[in-house]
Amino acid sequence: MKLTPTGSQTVGPYFHIGLTRMLVPVVAGPDVEGSRITIKGRIFDADQKIVPDALLETWQANAAGKYAHPEDTQDKPLQEGFLGFGRVATDDAGAFSLTTIKPGCVPGPGGVLQAPHIEVAVSMRGLLRHLVTRIYFPDEPFNEEDPVLQLVEPDRRATLIAKSVSDQVDALEWNVHCAGENETVFFDV
Amino acid sequence: MGTKTIPDVRGYRRPEPGTQPTYLYPPYASTVRRAPTKPLIFLPHTLSEVTGPVFGHDSISPGDDDMTRANGGEAIGPRIIVSGRVLDEDGRPVANTLLEVWQANAGGRYRHRNDQPHSPLDPNFNGYGRVMTDSEGRYRFKTVKPGPYPWGNHPNAWRPSHIHFSLWGPAFVTRLVTQMYFPGDPLLPFDPVYNCIPDENARKVLISSFDWETTIPNHANGYHFDIVLRGRDATPMEK
Repeated sequence: MKLTPTGSQTVGPYFHIGLTRMLVPVVAGPDVEGSRITIKGRIFDADQKIVPDALLETWQANAAGKYAHPEDTQDKPLQEGFLGFGRVATDDAGAFSLTTIKPGCVPGPGGVLQAPHIEVAVSMRGLLRHLVTRIYFPDEPFNEEDPVLQLVEPDRRATLIAKSVSDQVDALEWNVHCAGENETVFFDV
Repeated sequence: MGTKTIPDVRGYRRPEPGTQPTYLYPPYASTVRRAPTKPLIFLPHTLSEVTGPVFGHDSISPGDDDMTRANGGEAIGPRIIVSGRVLDEDGRPVANTLLEVWQANAGGRYRHRNDQPHSPLDPNFNGYGRVMTDSEGRYRFKTVKPGPYPWGNHPNAWRPSHIHFSLWGPAFVTRLVTQMYFPGDPLLPFDPVYNCIPDENARKVLISSFDWETTIPNHANGYHFDIVLRGRDATPMEK
C-alpha cells in the first residue's frame, strides 16, 4: 500500500497565531556545553525588500556532534535539556536573532565528517513549501572538505557561510536572499 | 568518490511528481517575488536530514485540544471535532508527534494584527491549538468551523474555509505545513493555494471528510483528516 503524501501549503501571513507560542530564540541555555554564538540576520525577497513575516526553524547537533534524536547512535554524549531546535520569526525590519552553541562535526557520506552546520527551514507567505538551507561557520577548516558544500558551485558557497561581525567572536551574521543576485543556496531534500 | 550516491543513512523518499507545489506559482501572486529562481541543489540525506526535533508530551497543556473556549466564554460558530491519523506513505502510524494548528474564527477573521477588520473578532476564540498523536498516530481536537475570508490576491478573491496544520514528524525532512479544507466548499475551484498542488488526487487529500463516527449528538459535527508524511527509502541506496 502506498498512500499519497499530503501536499505542502503556505504558512500564510498569520502563522504567528499557531507557531510563535513555541518560539525558541535560545537553542542552548547557559548550562549547555559549547561555544555560545548569536546569529543575526535579515531575510530579503527578489527585490531586496525585507521580509517581515518569515519563520526560521533550525536543527543542529550539540557541541560533541550528536543529535538529540534516536537515530543518532554515535557513542557521544547528549546533554539533558538540549533539543537542538530553534524557531524565530522575523520582525518589522525583516530581522531575526538566534542564540545557540556552535555544533560539532557530524558524520556525512562515506564516513567523511561534515563541517559544523545548522539546518534551516524558511517559511513565509508566498512560499507554498518551506525552503531548506544550511548555516556554516566562518574560519572553519572542515568547510574545505565538507561533502555538502562540495555540491555547491564555489561562487555560491558564501551564501551558506555566516560572517563574523567586527571583532566579536560570538556574533555572526547570516542573511537569506529568497531570490535575485545574491540568492541563497537552497537544497532539494 | 561520488558523494551524491553514497549516503550511509536510510533516507526518505522524494515526493511523487505532482504531489507537492512548485515554489513559483503565479496564480498565487506572492510567490513571484519570494520563490527562488536558481535550481535547488539536490541533497542526499545525511544524519542531519534524517534526524529532527523531538517534542515531548510536556509541549502540550490541558485544553490545548479545545479551541471552543477562551477568556471564560464559548466561541461563536458551529462546533466541530477534527480527528484523523498521521501516517507515512507506507501506512505506518507516526506516533507521538506534535501537531500545531491555527485558523480564523467562524466569521473568517484571524486574531492577528495584520488581518483586516472585514469581520469582527470573537473575544472567546483565539484560534490556536496543539495536540500530539497517540501510539497509533491518532489525533483529535475540538474547534469551531472557520469561515471563508477575502484576500487581496486578485479581484474578489476568497480563501475557502481551512485549518492550518504544522508538524515535524520523525525527521528534518518530514517537516510539513499544510491546510485542511472542508468537503463541498464552493470556493475550492477558485483558490490558488489549494490548486497549487498539480495532481488532482493529491489535491483532494487536503479535503477532510464528514465523519458520523466522531459527530457528537446535539453538540458537534465530526470531520476526518489524515495526514501522510514521506515514507522511508527501502534500504540505504548504496554502500
